[in-house]
Amino acid sequence: MKITRNRILTLITLVVFAGFLAYSQATFNPYILRIMNLCAIFTIFAVTFNLVYGYTGQFSLGHAGFAAVGAYTAALLTMTPVQKELNFFLEPIVPVLANVQWPFLPAMLLGGVLAAVVGFLIGWPALRLRGDYLAIATLGFGEIIRVLFVNMQRVTNGSLGLKGIPEYTNVYWSWGLALVTIFVTKRLVDSSYGRALKAIRDDEVAAEALGVKLSYHKILAFTLSSFFVGIAGALLANLISTIDPKVFLFFLTYQVVGITVMGGMSSLTGSTVSACLYTVFLEALRPVESPFSIGPLRVPGVPGMRMVIFSALLLLVILFYRRGLFGQAEFSWDWFFEKTSALRARLGRTGKTAPAPSIESEEEERP
Amino acid sequence: MPTKKLFVPLLVIGLIASLVTACQPTPAAKETPAPAETAAAGEETTPEEVVIGVYEPLTGAFAAGGEFTMQGVNLAYKQKPKVLGVPIKLVVVDNRSDKAEAATAMARLINQEGAIAVVGSYGSSLSMAGGEVAEKAGIPVMGCSPTNPLVTQGKDYYFRACFIDPFQGRVMAKYAVEELGVKKVAIIQDVAQDYSVGLAAFFRKAFIELTGDASGIVSFTSYQTGDQDFTAQLGATLAAKPDAIFAPGYFAEAALLAKQARELGFKGPILGGDAYEAPELIEIGGDAVEGIIFSTHYHPDAELSPASKPFVEAFEAEYGERPSAFAALGYDAYMLTIDAIERANSFDPAAIRDAMAATKNFPGVTGTISMDENGDAVKTAVILTVENGKFKYLTTVSP
Amino acid sequence: MTLSLFFQHLANGISLGSLYALIAIGYTMVYGILRLINFAHGDIVMLGSYIAFYGVVMFFLPWWVSFPLAILLTGVVGIIIERTAYKPLREVPRINLFTSAVAVSFLLENLGLVIFGARPKGFHRPPVMDTVLYIGGAAVVSYTPIIILTALVLFGGLMFVVHRTKVGMAMRALSKDIETTGLMGVNTDQVITFSFALGSALAAAGGILWAIKFPQIQPLMGVMPGLKAFIAAVLGGIGDITGALIGGFLLGIAEIMLVAFMPNLAGYRDAFAYSILILLLLFRPTGIMGEMEPEKV
Repeated sequence: MKITRNRILTLITLVVFAGFLAYSQATFNPYILRIMNLCAIFTIFAVTFNLVYGYTGQFSLGHAGFAAVGAYTAALLTMTPVQKELNFFLEPIVPVLANVQWPFLPAMLLGGVLAAVVGFLIGWPALRLRGDYLAIATLGFGEIIRVLFVNMQRVTNGSLGLKGIPEYTNVYWSWGLALVTIFVTKRLVDSSYGRALKAIRDDEVAAEALGVKLSYHKILAFTLSSFFVGIAGALLANLISTIDPKVFLFFLTYQVVGITVMGGMSSLTGSTVSACLYTVFLEALRPVESPFSIGPLRVPGVPGMRMVIFSALLLLVILFYRRGLFGQAEFSWDWFFEKTSALRARLGRTGKTAPAPSIESEEEERP
Repeated sequence: MPTKKLFVPLLVIGLIASLVTACQPTPAAKETPAPAETAAAGEETTPEEVVIGVYEPLTGAFAAGGEFTMQGVNLAYKQKPKVLGVPIKLVVVDNRSDKAEAATAMARLINQEGAIAVVGSYGSSLSMAGGEVAEKAGIPVMGCSPTNPLVTQGKDYYFRACFIDPFQGRVMAKYAVEELGVKKVAIIQDVAQDYSVGLAAFFRKAFIELTGDASGIVSFTSYQTGDQDFTAQLGATLAAKPDAIFAPGYFAEAALLAKQARELGFKGPILGGDAYEAPELIEIGGDAVEGIIFSTHYHPDAELSPASKPFVEAFEAEYGERPSAFAALGYDAYMLTIDAIERANSFDPAAIRDAMAATKNFPGVTGTISMDENGDAVKTAVILTVENGKFKYLTTVSP
Repeated sequence: MTLSLFFQHLANGISLGSLYALIAIGYTMVYGILRLINFAHGDIVMLGSYIAFYGVVMFFLPWWVSFPLAILLTGVVGIIIERTAYKPLREVPRINLFTSAVAVSFLLENLGLVIFGARPKGFHRPPVMDTVLYIGGAAVVSYTPIIILTALVLFGGLMFVVHRTKVGMAMRALSKDIETTGLMGVNTDQVITFSFALGSALAAAGGILWAIKFPQIQPLMGVMPGLKAFIAAVLGGIGDITGALIGGFLLGIAEIMLVAFMPNLAGYRDAFAYSILILLLLFRPTGIMGEMEPEKV
């Protein structure tokens, strides 16, 4: 009974959400659409980071590197041969890549697959390492990938970057893939694999004693996460239509860590909400950087204030709200009804519902 | 957990509130609902104010460059706060030295703030990201100092106030060969900066063309932005006994590189490009940068244009220091934009674009500027050296 | 390669290595005791050099007053950071401590940007450290021996503190087992705070010496040295002070020699450092000096 009701509700929200996407793609201005796309891309980053960190307990800092692999693959495959020739004006592009041009979907998928392959190759040896060592090893791998991309001028155009990548990314692609990522991750962590992952997170030694194959499960989570990070990288490349190795500095990874910690470990709802919050907040906080007046007091604009506020907020969450915004809680319809009925009871009125964050409905996207 | 009960709803409220503020057009944008409509309005009724956007890296790795540029832009805005009798609202947004953010910043300027023209950005990679957005929206952009040829390539709406790397590379190669009599040169590039990689490549090409001797490049090596130790590269480089070192990079690394080269006993000239020109080059480099030679856009003594001297005086009065090349270009980029609006006699972005493209012999502080068919400024370069802790004018090179 | 050129490279390598070593020691000390990779360490390096800079430029202190004062003040900042950002997290999984360190690093960098401004500032070398000496055909600036000497003296002093004093004994005990040490009547909080102050002071010393060698300071200057020093600390066996010293020198010399012998690979220099790190982690995670630590159940 309840399950059918929930399924129907999910379906309805999905349809409503799809309608909302169609509406926004048609009517919103490019600025809002760009923010929405970035929200989705950061959602993928955060959810995949959470899969490895929150659910499996492995602290990996290789996100920027995997995103770079996905982004460059998709970019080089979707660019027109003419654009490539224009781009590689210092040194010619390797002949293999010069004349290929793929549609977006296969290019993006290959980007994901290559990122997954790199992820597998890195994860296989590195996941033997404990906690903080793994973090450093993966951070190092991410940086190595970036340094390679800077120096492989005939493949990546080095620091000159790539320009004129077709702008395929729109809200259907980005949010569609974000939903797929959430769905796949959710299914994985709820399966027997997921229980194994959580066991590894909670106590590696005990999990191994109980017969959980440590490296198999770790690599599985890691590779899957790399795949989706690669996809997100491809979305990013085809959104901003120009990339260079500096896009993938480890600063990108730090941002993802911050977002995920704020949202709460082992909460996909948290990661999603937090990713959207982060992207929107940074834009909404822009006024603090330009001069403004409070009554007669004129405050000069201080560039950099946004990031100070963000990092201070992050620190506060870590210190005083250790579990993040959602902890391990997930949005579910049962929870939703429980809350609303409790609220109704408290208000003593019927028919009043509180806004609630949800993975599927994305209430917060509605301006 | 009572706190949690409060926290999540509060958060959601905050989120919605921030979205509302983010999505709400600012008053300026309300007055000029869409750029296209502004034009029509501009011809019939005069708007209360027009918005000119600036997007610069004010935080992150390029923040210093953004700060320099803003000095120039702010001074120019102070001198010319009105165009066609209408007050200008200058909206400055930070792009965090981040490509994705640069694109978003540009979209914000155009869609939220209603900018009719945009100035920026320092860093070619950031300019490329913003350029794509501006091109689609049909808003003209005047770049200050992005010298990578790719920036304006295939873009109808992107212009720049600076010359581009191929020209600058040629200028320096020519000067090295013809004036300094350099036969053997070593190149040290910053492999992480498109500016440096481009300049190094064009210098190399021009040098070989001029001397006809490919072995004249005795060493070609790299470092990465953020490196502070160049002794390894220099050791290997100096072993090849070059007459001169060409190290196209930014002033901060250049000052350290020069210092270390001198400490290792190198006596020959060190050559560079316009990114050398900042007071910090001398402040950091001290004695070691004496005799450094680089190409840049202007010098008050060069009398390239009547505007140079008053600019330097006004700048020194305002900030108490000498302007850097980036500040001067920021000033020129703003003035070029105003000039284009005045010549177009309209606030229509397309008309402004046409006027920008038709810029001819504009008396900028960095020289007399004309736009070529790509939207790149065609102007003379000057060659400077450092003498007694001051930049000294050597010669002028025409394109 | 001539012999004198080789010596030149070696001198450059040792000079760079001693800086890595000094910063790595601070890293390793905090790790040894708290098992925390203090990601903010590089930014404390930045802070130290800025305080020293402002001491000279703004308060007109002579350098020999300003530098020790900066070291002291940075030590105090270290205490504040430890008390606010790390102490409350002592009981929770270590990974939270790590993210807290990342947040502190973020905050320091952005605050630095807002307060100090993004433009790099020229750091004035005291004249005594600014003359070029020629030793056996290699050009060496006088700061080089001073840096190496300072690094060794500070290392010696630290060894004395750790091995010959009561608080040092407590520190060593703490690094083995915090709980038991607490039960033995040691005020663990105070000892941890002390080692943090010491680590930060060393970072400040490293930062000042760094600014003397590379006289240019800016808010993100600590990132690269921080990462490199961390690699050096792992190389030597993280948690081991002598190891950090050796690791620092090794990494400095190796980096210089790579570029010296293979100038074409200069662009790959950072990748090289990380490759060393990863290979080491895979084959000998405990580094050169570290002892194998059985996994606790």
